[in-house]
Amino acid sequence: MEEKRRISCIVCPVSCVGEVTVVEGKATGVSGFTCPRGQAYAMEEVTAPKRTLTSTVRIDGGELPLLPVVSQHPLPKDRIIECARCLATVRVAAPIQEGEVICADILGLKVNIVASRNMEAVH
Amino acid sequence: MYEHKAEVVIIGGGPAGLAAAVSACDNGADGVLVLERDREAGGILQQCIHNGFGLHHFKQELTGPGYAGRYLQQVKERPNINVMLNTMVLSVAEDKTIMAVNPQYGVMRIAAKAVIFTMGCRERTRGAIRIPGTRPAGVFTAGAAQRMVNMEGYLPGKKLVILGSGDIGLIMARRMMLEGAEVQAALEIMPYCNGLTRNVVQCLEDYGIPLYLSHTIVAIHGKDRVSGVTCARVDEKMQPIAGTEFDLECDCLLLSVGLIPENELSRELGLTMDPLTAGPVVDQLRQTSLPGFFAAGNVVHVHDLVDFVSEEGEIAGKYAARYAAGVLPTDGPVALVKATDGIRTAVPQVIRLNADDTATLRLYMRASKPERQVTLVISSGDQTLLERKLPVAKPGEMIVAEIPADKRGAIKDSITVVLKH
Repeated sequence: MEEKRRISCIVCPVSCVGEVTVVEGKATGVSGFTCPRGQAYAMEEVTAPKRTLTSTVRIDGGELPLLPVVSQHPLPKDRIIECARCLATVRVAAPIQEGEVICADILGLKVNIVASRNMEAVH
Repeated sequence: MYEHKAEVVIIGGGPAGLAAAVSACDNGADGVLVLERDREAGGILQQCIHNGFGLHHFKQELTGPGYAGRYLQQVKERPNINVMLNTMVLSVAEDKTIMAVNPQYGVMRIAAKAVIFTMGCRERTRGAIRIPGTRPAGVFTAGAAQRMVNMEGYLPGKKLVILGSGDIGLIMARRMMLEGAEVQAALEIMPYCNGLTRNVVQCLEDYGIPLYLSHTIVAIHGKDRVSGVTCARVDEKMQPIAGTEFDLECDCLLLSVGLIPENELSRELGLTMDPLTAGPVVDQLRQTSLPGFFAAGNVVHVHDLVDFVSEEGEIAGKYAARYAAGVLPTDGPVALVKATDGIRTAVPQVIRLNADDTATLRLYMRASKPERQVTLVISSGDQTLLERKLPVAKPGEMIVAEIPADKRGAIKDSITVVLKH
């Protein structure tokens, strides 16, 4: 079965809107994008879309009750919510340094979740 | 009363203020004091935990706290910079005496040789857009909600509607979904989105949140807590069209309806203001209408990217240090920059013709409305200084263009900026 998926390109401010033809889960054609980078982005959006995840985890003894975290690499888009649910159960203790691994290999996706700032301990 | 002295005093320790402090220090200022209202420096970046910062300035993608962290580190490495936290500035006088208050010293008087305004901007509120209806709890600006969710550990609601398509509103839509809340819709009164396409795709489309363009909220319902909103389509004059109303249930309404530069101190001081940017008029050195007073970042005009805020802070810091050292000429011929057809705002508004010729003549502009296939023309008298084809121009994204060094000589007493079809 052939399906056409409409994709808004985010590579540059021109923001082309084009179509990717999908046959049985595989991208077979692309139209409407004005550059090769846009075509590549659209193909990936259809076959294996990825997103960087940013969220927070609870932190004990810190200046703030929450520590912001970021995925070191983009994660599969369809696992993002699941990863966010997983981080909701994580609790760490201050002090924490920016870049410290907060959750290694999240959900077995081979991506680490790291702290995105320093958090001093308060005495 | 506690008395304090510094060569350069910077009001506001956000991205503009930190960049200005580092730059003032590196350009020889002996004693730089940053006055910050919050409990830590870094400004709004500390609550913007999402990524996408720093691609221009650091050539890599950082989170907001990551971007702030880099500047905080640079400040820490410079003993000449003193950051005073929990400090509120009360007034700034023309003789560069600053009155401020904090829990440590009480009310204090600070004597400066040069002052840099980097107070940033504030969100427009429900009052600013006059939505009718009851006044229940649960109506927040998107930035206030962002601080609650990302720094303080509170969830402002479980079922949300977002009014306005500014980037903070879009980012908060995704953030609330990740925290387990439900986002019903985002509404935008203009026929186009004000946020970046990337945010529309990754914050709304990814989560199946509808964006209603040319729509607004005509009533807020609920007694103690918001229970819902009535939405309606608007006509070309942005007036609601009768018969198009529909209701959305929600326990929280977030407003992302624009930012206004925070200029109470600048107005009290009597700086010349630009009514369109709502910030002080500045020259290419980011000096305001009063010699020795500089301004940079969102206090001058609301930026799209923090990278440009840092750049502006660096310029202000450098020339404030020179002014403090007594080596910056403060008079001489100027050219006024006039934004005309298609361009709503342009900064700097003044070009000082006898100023340091290594200072970049980079103009930051915003289009009046979305356009495709236009030409940006910057001219002075009958001389064209710069012409550039733009495949797209959007009010949400700044247009940045630099007048080439070899055209400086052609600048007369005014510069005109226009978008041509």
